[in-house]
Amino acid sequence: MDTISIRAPSMPSGGTKAQRRVKTRLPAAIALLPTALIVLIVYIGCMLWTVRLSFTSSTLLPKLDWVGFAQYSRLFANDRFLTSASNIVIFGALFISGCLIIGFLLAVFIDQNIRGEGLFRTIFLYPYSMSFVVTGVAWQWFLNPGLGLQKLVRDMGFESFTFDWLVNQRMAIYTIVIAGLWHGAGLTMAILLAGLRGVDKDLWKAAKVDGIPTWRVYTSVVLPLLRPMVVTAVVLLTTGVVKLYDLVVAMTLGGPGIATEVPAKFVMDHLFERNNIALGTAAATIMLITVISILAPWVYVRYVRPQGRHA
Amino acid sequence: MSAAVMPQGRRPRHLTIGRIGVYAFLATAALFFLLPLWIMVVTSLKPMEEIRLGNILALPAAMTFEAWTKAWSSACTGLECNGISVGFWNSVRILIPSVILSIIAGAINGYALSFWRVKGANVMFGVLLLGAFIPYQVFLYPLVRIFSLTGIYNSLTCIVLVHVIFGLPTMTLLFRNYYAGLPIELFKAARIDGGGFWSIFFRVILPMSTPILVVATILQVTGIWNDFIFGLTFAGRENLPMTVQLNNIVNSTQGERAYNVDMAATMLAALVPLVVYFVSGRWFVRGIAAGAVKG
Repeated sequence: MDTISIRAPSMPSGGTKAQRRVKTRLPAAIALLPTALIVLIVYIGCMLWTVRLSFTSSTLLPKLDWVGFAQYSRLFANDRFLTSASNIVIFGALFISGCLIIGFLLAVFIDQNIRGEGLFRTIFLYPYSMSFVVTGVAWQWFLNPGLGLQKLVRDMGFESFTFDWLVNQRMAIYTIVIAGLWHGAGLTMAILLAGLRGVDKDLWKAAKVDGIPTWRVYTSVVLPLLRPMVVTAVVLLTTGVVKLYDLVVAMTLGGPGIATEVPAKFVMDHLFERNNIALGTAAATIMLITVISILAPWVYVRYVRPQGRHA
Repeated sequence: MSAAVMPQGRRPRHLTIGRIGVYAFLATAALFFLLPLWIMVVTSLKPMEEIRLGNILALPAAMTFEAWTKAWSSACTGLECNGISVGFWNSVRILIPSVILSIIAGAINGYALSFWRVKGANVMFGVLLLGAFIPYQVFLYPLVRIFSLTGIYNSLTCIVLVHVIFGLPTMTLLFRNYYAGLPIELFKAARIDGGGFWSIFFRVILPMSTPILVVATILQVTGIWNDFIFGLTFAGRENLPMTVQLNNIVNSTQGERAYNVDMAATMLAALVPLVVYFVSGRWFVRGIAAGAVKG
């Protein structure tokens, strides 16, 4: 490829201007070719293949017959999938709002010109560097009723204290939320703190002159100014919600029963363990449609419309 | 994303009730965030009897590193009992080529996208970015089929390739945005001097890329080290990364669970990203924020 670049300087002798332009840009096009192929084969091809498979009756091996929406009717009659779907809504709502609230509070408190700011920031953010498997295992150990938090409080003299959410069908999903918040709140804090530091100093002076209480300034003036940061955080957290899999596998393995099943796990289980490719790909397609309908407008406005700068 | 800017806002200087409240809140929050780490560390240093009878928060009475050596070299994952060290070295073998290749790919893409007008490049970039948000489950099964057909499924090559493929959106975005911020005059001058695509890249652009290379490395090292789903699906039994092995050790042990060994193994699996985090400091935040969405 290097030889092409040597033969393609900016002042070639022959050809029209347009031909020259094509010639000098050839190496750039060649450099982008592998990515273009990956986009075509993996990002588009595999996606369409998955959607196609969801209309078949494939079980252990892929078939290319056509059964219409049969898999989708089965999917929406499937308890495990319905539980997964409702779990991801619960998790998503609590995780995103929780991260935003905790993250905002932490950012505001850290922004009060405190001592040891660096230390606090480091402590709040370190969980984010660790994997979901580590997070899940750590919380599974701490929340296990036999030896963890419940025993700790009982040993302190509160004999009737009960905290069995991890093994309680109705509450288990909330332990996943707690672990998720521990993992992700610091990131939200870091993003919002960067936003707070960008707020105009004069704004604070003006508010002080007008005698507006600090908390009012934060909620009514600063928070609206942080909108781009909040959007950034929400997008980041949303992608985390959609990908939720490792944390559940490490912490509860979907249990007790099917209480903490999530869509990503439903798909993985049906594709690779339960030999039901069609149902798995149907669930994956539902995930795809959900994500696209949430994110497509945002990506369009943010990245596609403002074209990249040209040389 | 510069966190180095001086703090602003109202600045009370003396200790008031409000100030005490601020510190109390922050200290409580810090305790919540530190609690799991503390519990992991003390549990990993205790013998099992002490774990069963004692307080989960207490320092070990009889401190022992036995669980750590066991976790490293003889804990069982299913039938094999060679410890998590196997996973550690697998992760290292996956990490190094994946990080290098995905960064090279991102740098070249970012450079081509921000300085060279190639037809259709922006459309490709748009699709790639959308791809970053699409759940992996949508791609996994066809990818498995493609890799099986080409005969590289369940190999080191396969898992490295997967990391490079799914690292493309973030890496391309990261480098594209960084290069878009470089002065265009530099590129124009290099063009007038007769520089071609590769010579400008290697002589002009790459030498100016150190900050973004650091950010990309931090991002990819922690991301790939912490990966679970790709390792599980594509690496094959011989190459399972540390996260998968950790899960196997913790969640598939027969009989009574050795919590101290579990926690030691967990700490070992968390060590690399933690070190990266503490050493890189503010760069870490920059990396996540820049790589993820900043446009």
